[in-house]
Amino acid sequence: MWQRLSNPFIRLNQTQSYLTSKGFKALLVHRLFTSGAELTYSYNGLYPGHIQTNSFQKALLAVGSGVAALQDPYRHDMVAVLGETTGHLALINLRERMKNDPEGYTILTERPRIRLSTLDLEKMASLPVGSFGREYLRFLEENKVTPDSRAEVKFVDNEELAYIMLRYREVHDLLHTLLGMPTNMLGEVAVKWFEAAQTGLPMCALGAVLGPLRLNASRLQSLFTSLGPWALQNGRRARCVLSIFYERRWEQSLEDLRRELNIEPPPLTLSASNKRRT
Amino acid sequence: MAASVRLLVRRLARLSHKSVTSSAATVSCRPGCCLGPSSSRCISDTAEDRSTHFGFETVPEAEKAKRVYKVFENVAQKYDVMNDAMSLGIHRLWKDMLLHVMHPQPGARLLDVAGGTGDISFRFLDYVLYQQERQKRRTAGSSQTPSWQDISDKYPTEDRPQESRAVVCDINKEMLKMGKQRADSMGITSGLSWVVGDAEELPFDDDQFDIYTIAFGIRNVTHIDQTLQEALRVLKPGGRFMCLEFSKVTNPVLAKLYDAYSFQVIPVLGEVIAGDWKSYQYLVESIRKFPDQEEFKGMIEDAGFFCVRYFNFTGGVVALHSGFKL
Repeated sequence: MWQRLSNPFIRLNQTQSYLTSKGFKALLVHRLFTSGAELTYSYNGLYPGHIQTNSFQKALLAVGSGVAALQDPYRHDMVAVLGETTGHLALINLRERMKNDPEGYTILTERPRIRLSTLDLEKMASLPVGSFGREYLRFLEENKVTPDSRAEVKFVDNEELAYIMLRYREVHDLLHTLLGMPTNMLGEVAVKWFEAAQTGLPMCALGAVLGPLRLNASRLQSLFTSLGPWALQNGRRARCVLSIFYERRWEQSLEDLRRELNIEPPPLTLSASNKRRT
Repeated sequence: MAASVRLLVRRLARLSHKSVTSSAATVSCRPGCCLGPSSSRCISDTAEDRSTHFGFETVPEAEKAKRVYKVFENVAQKYDVMNDAMSLGIHRLWKDMLLHVMHPQPGARLLDVAGGTGDISFRFLDYVLYQQERQKRRTAGSSQTPSWQDISDKYPTEDRPQESRAVVCDINKEMLKMGKQRADSMGITSGLSWVVGDAEELPFDDDQFDIYTIAFGIRNVTHIDQTLQEALRVLKPGGRFMCLEFSKVTNPVLAKLYDAYSFQVIPVLGEVIAGDWKSYQYLVESIRKFPDQEEFKGMIEDAGFFCVRYFNFTGGVVALHSGFKL
């Protein structure tokens, strides 16, 4: 399982103990993934699910996934692939920002994951209303989503950047809670504008530009007059949302967290019942 | 006769073998090696120790069938779309050529192994129907102005045209499901049956079929020789074995282009259209691992077929091998 795993230059700033636990994890990964529906049998790359690609293939993937995502916006895997193949510079930028933030640095070393198996749902449900954990749970229930539905990272050729990409995807739902946006089209576009201003990922920018094309006139108006400017301004001035260790802040009140991150509460309250079956 | 004795011996070997290994996959043991109460000699030669190729990877034999099953389970939904995209529609021409070389006559019984979504069987039924129409037109044309008596005499015989039957056999239920849906949408109601079965151990009696085809399936089986022997068994004497498969490109320029296209473009297409890079990576790798035209011809002859020959299509990208059971 160790074949082609080590690129020593990437490992320069990682500790020895992390390496040995990685070896153990590689073995575990092999057994865990043997029964999965996807063929992630062999840990044949820098991380489980990694597929080596050259620039020609990346270019083809970017174009193909872009076309596929435009044709069928519900193909989240295509949006994911587009983000991975075009986001290299933005990911490097994000990594620098995270490293310079003490909490972000902790995240990069501890590598937390947000999945149903790691969340203590009962404890979160018992938290007071208005706390971040409780609001997040409410968001999951109202919009009928689960944190496990994120596609895995495949085409990022650096193990740390791949984690950052994954973290970005997992934080997306939490962003919805922070910004108070539901998962309907308007809410998603607002979040995309915020993310584009914050992260600079080309995929977010593309989504921010093309998303409004699918909105009707009244929603477009609310987007351009109030939601849009609010999202852009806050995206620019807010602290890097990937640097927050959300898993340790479930008890914190939502207002408090917003103040800490420098995010204003939303100008419009959109409810999840606005969700139309498009 | 010899084939059924061999099958019996193989079954006995498998029975004694089951007590040794816990693998559920089909185990191939040389006949005669494990007969007898002490099967300790077989422990060193179990399927888990023997390995085979899965694309460019080496896996134990018992695992290959499972992994191939998963590949086709994942790609079944988009299989036909991907075929058109990857071959730019040329796969339809290859399959049409197969039917043209086969030239089946009305009344023929076809076994389409690894038939999956039914491409060959649908073409077979169309072809045979067309032949039947031609024959009818010829007989109608030859009898100039039939009297009403003649016409009424012909009615009962025309009600029962020669029944051509196609049996689609595949190990993968998802692929058969897709094939059945296609048949329903095309409105084919009779002459077609769908059977789940393993090419290395077909659920049919000896001497059943006039034509046996396996199109783009034989490179996925674990034991090609066993598949060929089963083909020989189920064919009637005089029956024809036909195998359409990717093969070696002889022209070096075309080979380079083909390689570049296979390894650079096809997995990308798989990811974009079907959301599955690795299955299509397996596909192009398995093509490279398959024996070339001459070697495969030798394997078919070893299995006991006669008059074996092959035709190259598209410069050797695809080869059609044909042999007869006599």
